[in-house]
Amino acid sequence: MSLLYEMNQKALQLGIPISAHLDITYRCNERCVHCYLDHDDHGEMTTVQIVDLLHQLAEAGVFFLTLSGGEVLMRRDFFSIVQEARRLLFNVKVKTNGVMIREPEARKLRELGVEQIQISVYSHRAQVHDSITKLPGSLKRTIEAIKFLKSQGLKVVIANVLMTTNAGDHRGVMKLAADLGVPYTLDPTITPKIDGDDSILSLRAAGSDINRVFRDPELVGDVEAFCAAPLPPGEDIIDGYPCSAGHTAIYISPYGDVFPCVQFPLPCGNVRKQTFADIWRDSRQLKEVRDIRARDLPVCSSCAHVGTCTRCPGLAYMEGNMRGPSTADCEKSFQRTGIPSANMLIRGSRPALVQIQPVCS
Amino acid sequence: MSNTDYIARSSAIAARLIGGEMMIMSAADSTFFTLNDVGTAIWQAADGRTPLCEIVESKICADFDVTVTEALSDAQQFVNQLAQHGILRTSNQPIYDAAPCPAPTA
Repeated sequence: MSLLYEMNQKALQLGIPISAHLDITYRCNERCVHCYLDHDDHGEMTTVQIVDLLHQLAEAGVFFLTLSGGEVLMRRDFFSIVQEARRLLFNVKVKTNGVMIREPEARKLRELGVEQIQISVYSHRAQVHDSITKLPGSLKRTIEAIKFLKSQGLKVVIANVLMTTNAGDHRGVMKLAADLGVPYTLDPTITPKIDGDDSILSLRAAGSDINRVFRDPELVGDVEAFCAAPLPPGEDIIDGYPCSAGHTAIYISPYGDVFPCVQFPLPCGNVRKQTFADIWRDSRQLKEVRDIRARDLPVCSSCAHVGTCTRCPGLAYMEGNMRGPSTADCEKSFQRTGIPSANMLIRGSRPALVQIQPVCS
Repeated sequence: MSNTDYIARSSAIAARLIGGEMMIMSAADSTFFTLNDVGTAIWQAADGRTPLCEIVESKICADFDVTVTEALSDAQQFVNQLAQHGILRTSNQPIYDAAPCPAPTA
């Protein structure tokens, strides 16, 4: 058992938010076709408000702090925010597109002791990447940023999102990452827009593309183990929590709104009106999220995949019921194992398995 | 290092005091540590202005059932280990820019 796992378990037992994701702005210099955000500024928290929030988060026990957006560098006070976060001894991870990072910015991030910088790259081909970001020259700038950051000795991770427009390029981005000497992650999740508009779901990669990446040993390692049929769940799974959202993890928007997770737009309070501690402790919505056990999920508790599915309660919430299935995760479980989920069988979107019954004499 | 050396919390770390245990991650090599109550007491007292021998006497021997000789030997080993990972700094002169000590979580 790793120390990090033990730390998470301890945080869970003590009710401590060990991880916080803070979007400091939704403004962005790119206009990614799959982005779920509205990029207008509707009244972001001020520097003073964010610094005060950082103190509250430190007091609450947050250890891992992800600063993201929007594009974090669109805020002129970005480095002041990072400096304060590091002064409060957070483990800071920054998510950025890298377009505004040159040598001075990279040096500053290293001097401040940022743990990791995650940079989005959607294709190794400029015409594909730039058509997704809608910013000409963005791939070139992003690759240069990665080189600046690497030259400072910083840990960089390339994050790719699998969608219809780049489905054939994940191997190319993997090779680019290898050439740059940085790890690579791939996420096939496209979420509805924060305002409920689900038109961008048409960008979700086809099942066949998800199937293909799940069988890429360079991506998943042991394909046989990764794609194995799920074992029957133990009691610990059935009595367990669906995910860390609201239990040990929390999300805060640039406007101070608190949600269980960036993908779980259930409003739980606002740090401009209440203290973070009051929201974390007393929010009725967070209590509701925390009460849910796998056994309480009306469809998923009886699903073969209940122990291995990446079911996202936030995506389920956006589909209308936080206790319900998330169809995107049903699809992933199906593409990974070839076994339809309980939800698919109920909805009739996949053929039911043939059940062989003993012949009665 | 000697017992009269000063020790200071490094700022090149991430740290939180959770349930009485100090959780620390080194920014230099991402090594993750959890300190027990004795280690936590030393780390909290590492303000850069108090020599190790004084910390051991006032924070360890006063609160834990251990002799000064034993405690000093263990504390030196502990400090050396953390210093190797950049978590503590040591000097024969006072250090005036020790990182702040995280308060217990609310």
